[in-house]
Amino acid sequence: MSIILENVNYIYMKKTPYEKTAIKNINLEIKRGEFIGIIGHTGSGKSTLLQHLNGLLKPTSGTVHVDGQDINLKGEAARNAKRSVGMVFQYPEHQLFEETVYEDIAFGPRNIGIEESEVDRRVKRVMDMVGLGFDQFAKRTPFQLSGGQMRRVAIAGVIALEPAYLILDEPSAGLDPRGRDEIFGQIIKMYKNTGITVVLVSHNMEDVARMANRLIVMKDGEISLDGSPIEIFSGFQGQLKAAGVSVPPLTALMNTFKQYGLAVDHTVVTMDAAVDSLLTVVGRR
Amino acid sequence: MEPFITVKDMCHIYAAQDGNEVKALDNINLSIYKGEFVAIIGANGSGKSTLAKHFNALLIPSSGTCHVNGLDTTDSANIWLVRQLVGMVFQNPDNQIVAAVVEEDVAFGPENLGVQPGEISARVTEALHVVGMEEYRYHSPHLLSGGQKQRVAIAGVLAMQSNCLVLDEPTAMLDPKGRQEVLSTVCQLHQERKITVVYITHFMEEAVAADRVIVMNRGKVVMEGSPAQIFSQVTRLKELGLDVPVAAEMAYRLRQHNIKIPEGIITDEELVVAICP
Repeated sequence: MSIILENVNYIYMKKTPYEKTAIKNINLEIKRGEFIGIIGHTGSGKSTLLQHLNGLLKPTSGTVHVDGQDINLKGEAARNAKRSVGMVFQYPEHQLFEETVYEDIAFGPRNIGIEESEVDRRVKRVMDMVGLGFDQFAKRTPFQLSGGQMRRVAIAGVIALEPAYLILDEPSAGLDPRGRDEIFGQIIKMYKNTGITVVLVSHNMEDVARMANRLIVMKDGEISLDGSPIEIFSGFQGQLKAAGVSVPPLTALMNTFKQYGLAVDHTVVTMDAAVDSLLTVVGRR
Repeated sequence: MEPFITVKDMCHIYAAQDGNEVKALDNINLSIYKGEFVAIIGANGSGKSTLAKHFNALLIPSSGTCHVNGLDTTDSANIWLVRQLVGMVFQNPDNQIVAAVVEEDVAFGPENLGVQPGEISARVTEALHVVGMEEYRYHSPHLLSGGQKQRVAIAGVLAMQSNCLVLDEPTAMLDPKGRQEVLSTVCQLHQERKITVVYITHFMEEAVAADRVIVMNRGKVVMEGSPAQIFSQVTRLKELGLDVPVAAEMAYRLRQHNIKIPEGIITDEELVVAICP
C-alpha cells in the first residue's frame, strides 16, 4: 500500500513561449505509515509534485498510482483512490466558509454522501484530534478564532474525510512560534495515534528535522536527495546549499562548533541533546 | 536623531462582531527615527499589524496621535501625503500586485500621483535596479517567485519616492532563499539609501538585523532595545510565546550549567568565540 510515481514529468503551458518543465522524471514511492518532509526552494517543483499526489494535476507523461490504482484513469475506482489522499493547502483557513466550526468540518463528509450520524461521529473525533474542544468550539463561527485555531479547523475538515495519506503544504506559514508548535504538536500526535501517512512541505528545517522520518530535497524539478533527516543534514550540506535550502539553525550552530575544533555531535536535532553534547565536550577540557 | 514617526498615547479600538470592543492598541508611545531600522516582534494578535497600519494612515488612532514627518494622520488633509511618505509591503505577494507586467506594477504608484511619463519611466528603471529586478521588467508578475514578487512590491514603494518602508511579515510566505533576498534588499536600502525601515516579523534571525527591536504583547509595547539586549532575555521572550535565536538559547542553557558566557550573545559566531577563545 503506497503512492507510487513513475517517470512523472509535468510541463506548464506546453507549446507556448512560457513552456516550463516544473517536475521531471520523478520516481518516488510514499509508503503507508511514513512521515515525509519535502523541502526545496520556491520553484523547485514541490507544489507541482504535491498536486500530482491526488490528481489535481495530471502528469504530462508518467503515472501516479495510489494503492495500486492509476488515479488519472476515469471511473469510480480512480475517484476513490484520489479521495484517500487528503490535501491541506497553504493558508487553508482562507477556505473556511461555513457559519460554525461544526458545519465547516461536516461539509466534506456530507459532500461525499456520508450519512448524518457518521458525519457527527467524525466531526467529534477530528475536533478532538486537532485539540479543539467540541463543547467550546463546535457552535462558534470559525472567523473569530485565532490564526492557529482557524488553521486547525481547516485541517480537521480534511481529516474528517478520513484520508489514508495527509498532504500538508506549509502548515505553519504565518503562524507565530506558539501557533506553529500547536499545529505541529497536533500533527505529530495524530501521526502517532492513527498511523496516518504524512507528507509535509515546510521551509522550517528545524521542524522537518524533528518530525519527519524521511526527507526529500527537490531541486530544479528533480529529487536531489532522499534519506533520513540526520543523514541529509549532516552529510550533504553542499547539495543542500545548491538546492537553496538551509540546514536547521541548531545544526548550523553545531557545525560551527565543529569547525572550531569542538568534537560535538552535529547530528542532534533537539536543544536538550545539543546542550548535553556541548557540556560533555566542554566539561572534558 | 530626528523622529520620523511619533506615536503618543495611541489607542486603537475595534468593534468585534459580537459588539464588544477590542483594544488592539493600548496606550502606545514610541518614536521611529529617520534612517532607523526597527523590527517589531510579538505573538499573533499582539497588535503589530494594527500598529504598522497607523504609520501610513490606513488606520487612524481611536485616541492619542500618530505624526508622520510632523503630519498628524488624524487630519484627513494629510492622508495622501503620509501615504506617499510611508510605503507598505504586506505578507502575501499576490495580494499587492495589480498589473500584468512588472514595469506597469512598479509604475502604478507614481502614475496615481500624477508624475510625468518620462519621470515615471526613469523612476521605474531606478527602482527595479535597486531591488535587482531589472531583467524582469517586461515579465508577468504572476510567474515570479515569492521573493521576486516582494522585491517588485518594494520597487513600487521606491518609485513613489517614499522614504519610509513598512513591511508587515514580508517573508512569512517565502522560502529561505526568498527570505534572504527580501531581507538583504531591505538592509541594503537602509544602509545605502538611509531609508527608514519598520519590519514586522516572526523570524528572530531577521529581527537580529535591525538597529532596534520592539516587542509587543496584548496591544502594548513590552520591551524595547538593541537585538542583543532583547534576545538575551530568553525566559521573558518565551513567556511571550516568542522564539529566540538558537545561539541565545544555547548561551542561556549553558549558563544554567554554570558555564561562564558573557551576556548579549545572539549569533552563532559570538557563542562559538565565547566558548572556544
